[in-house]
Amino acid sequence: MDALTVPAAWRERLERRGLAPLAGTSRRYALWIAFLCAVIAVGVFAYVRQVQEGLIVTGMRDRISWGVYIASFVFFIGISHAGTLLSAILRATKARWQLSVTRMAEFITVVALMVGALFPLIDLGRPDRILNVLLYGRWQSPLLWDVFAISTYLTGSTLYLYLPLIPDFALCRDRLGPSAPRWRRALFTVLALGWRGTPAQRRLLDRAITVMMIVIIPVAVSVHTVVSWIFAMSLRVPFNTTIFGPYFVAGAIFSGIAAIIVLMAVLRKLLHLEEWITRTQFVSLGYLMAAFTLIMGYANLNEYVTHGYKMEEGFVFHFDQLMTGPFMWPFWTYVVAGIALPGLLVLNPRTRTIPGITVAAVLVLVTMWIERYLIVVAGLRVPVMPYEPASYVPSWVEVAILAAAFALFALLISVFAKVFPVISVWEVAEHRGPEPGAPAAVEEPLPARRKILLGEAPS
Amino acid sequence: MVIDLRRCDGCQSVGKPPQCTAACIEGHFAPAPMEWVQVYEAGLPGGGTQFIPTPCQNCQNAPCVNVCPVGATFHTPEGTVLIDQQRCIGCRICMEACPYDRRFFNWGTAPQPPEALFMDYSPEHQSPAIRGTVMKCDFCPDMARSGRLPYCAQGCPNRAIYYGDLEEDVATNGDEVVRLSRFLSENAAYRLKEELGTEPRVHYIPGHGEAVGRSASRKGRKPTEWPWQERRAGATSWTR
Repeated sequence: MDALTVPAAWRERLERRGLAPLAGTSRRYALWIAFLCAVIAVGVFAYVRQVQEGLIVTGMRDRISWGVYIASFVFFIGISHAGTLLSAILRATKARWQLSVTRMAEFITVVALMVGALFPLIDLGRPDRILNVLLYGRWQSPLLWDVFAISTYLTGSTLYLYLPLIPDFALCRDRLGPSAPRWRRALFTVLALGWRGTPAQRRLLDRAITVMMIVIIPVAVSVHTVVSWIFAMSLRVPFNTTIFGPYFVAGAIFSGIAAIIVLMAVLRKLLHLEEWITRTQFVSLGYLMAAFTLIMGYANLNEYVTHGYKMEEGFVFHFDQLMTGPFMWPFWTYVVAGIALPGLLVLNPRTRTIPGITVAAVLVLVTMWIERYLIVVAGLRVPVMPYEPASYVPSWVEVAILAAAFALFALLISVFAKVFPVISVWEVAEHRGPEPGAPAAVEEPLPARRKILLGEAPS
Repeated sequence: MVIDLRRCDGCQSVGKPPQCTAACIEGHFAPAPMEWVQVYEAGLPGGGTQFIPTPCQNCQNAPCVNVCPVGATFHTPEGTVLIDQQRCIGCRICMEACPYDRRFFNWGTAPQPPEALFMDYSPEHQSPAIRGTVMKCDFCPDMARSGRLPYCAQGCPNRAIYYGDLEEDVATNGDEVVRLSRFLSENAAYRLKEELGTEPRVHYIPGHGEAVGRSASRKGRKPTEWPWQERRAGATSWTR
């Protein structure tokens, strides 16, 4: 939609709403941050114990030598695919409905990568020797592929988050009132890179975004393929399969969609973005998620039927432990609550509502973590020699560090949402325009402090 | 290495825990619960069991060497697979990669006898154990250089373990010297999980201890013990 035809009042509302979180912090926000910091502090304490005592404080032992840490690594790298899907794949197909949530998706990507990349480091027995990876790195090792893939993806997605932010930084720079803190003004001035919205600048930005959009897609696919290869490159029975790469990529996009739906639901309520994030976004993403339940189910079917039909050595044990053995509950929870139920919730018109789709997304997120856990722990539990199968129970250290990781994820998202506009204001204004039928947000009076910070609205 | 399973009875006849494991633990100061040479009891197709002493297979296409991100696990020119515990970062991808479960992690500060702590570290004997790193059977290259058999071969009361050189085509158990290739083919030797393509350097001659009078139906062996009780400060033991 042409920028000129956008109603001025609508655009003004959009800019105000988009920038409102930047203008001030509430007491509730401070409490939330304090809570997250406390959880992180417990996790840091747990990690200090782990460094002091060694990995003996975890539940891992020789036979199940990877656990919660590696499962969470796979999970977080997985949800980082939210941003790529929304802002790259959908942008490349010229979809427009997703523009109001691309920024959030890109936040998830960057933050999930930062948190996810911590897990292999936490999992190391000798974190003090991490530099050996650079000093003596062997390109033949799947772990080195992970290092390169994830650092490339993090660099690329940070750039891809930044590029569409430039016009919004300029907007922040121009609209912050004189009483805004000086550091903030300076920050936005620097980050806006002198953006004035001239045709030449627009052409440049457009080209840069297009290039990154195309580049980031194969990078994202390669990242999760490479993550799957730390398993698929081994000779262990459940890992030794070609489906792992595509299966991990599908699972990554699947959980990424769920992550963005949950974040959308939360920020929509908290930041009063009802006018810009409507049922349209939820239903469209819900359909995508439902499609991915089918893809995941299909991948699972392929894995289980091709091996289950022949019942080679090792698979008998693996299927027994998953379907009727010690992993029965998590496995069937994944199948029912992670694949069947979310699909049904989205496809049933009665539950195809914002709350219904959000519930489906929460189910997907939880069960996808379980699924990652099953891949790692159940996979390693299959005995490779004639010994009694080992058992693994996460210790308090692992649980505390996992909780801290989720808290860090929430903290980084909360801080990002406070410092940067959570809606891509300029893109929504220029490409989408007001949605027909969407209720205009009730303009609640902003606190006095915010008015000063936001500056006078142009009439 | 050749292990003649016809002569291995899991040390039932001497009424002790497997002596290859015991000698290895003694010689290498291997911390509990590490059995670098572990004697598995596996079922036989017709009922009964056999004992399979399992050292590191020292694969020629070693999965652990392939996946190590920092080259801490490596092939020596002589053809053994060693670990440099001063380079290992403790990622444990080698433990995931090993299809023989022959790698052991120092989860905590391992209990070791005082003499281990005074040794100069070398990947050839791996003492003293370093927390947060991986250990395994190293085929005793330091012993070979000084003309001695590995601890396990020396410890075996039935002389079931032969040690030698594939290129020079010779091996010995301390009693007799055999022409390796002929010994292997005449006795229908096999390797563990040959189908994986790891090309292990450990060969097995099928059997269940019949050459030393063990009946396949006589199950069970004594559990492995670690002789030292001394604890270094903060040492903890764990189970596999």
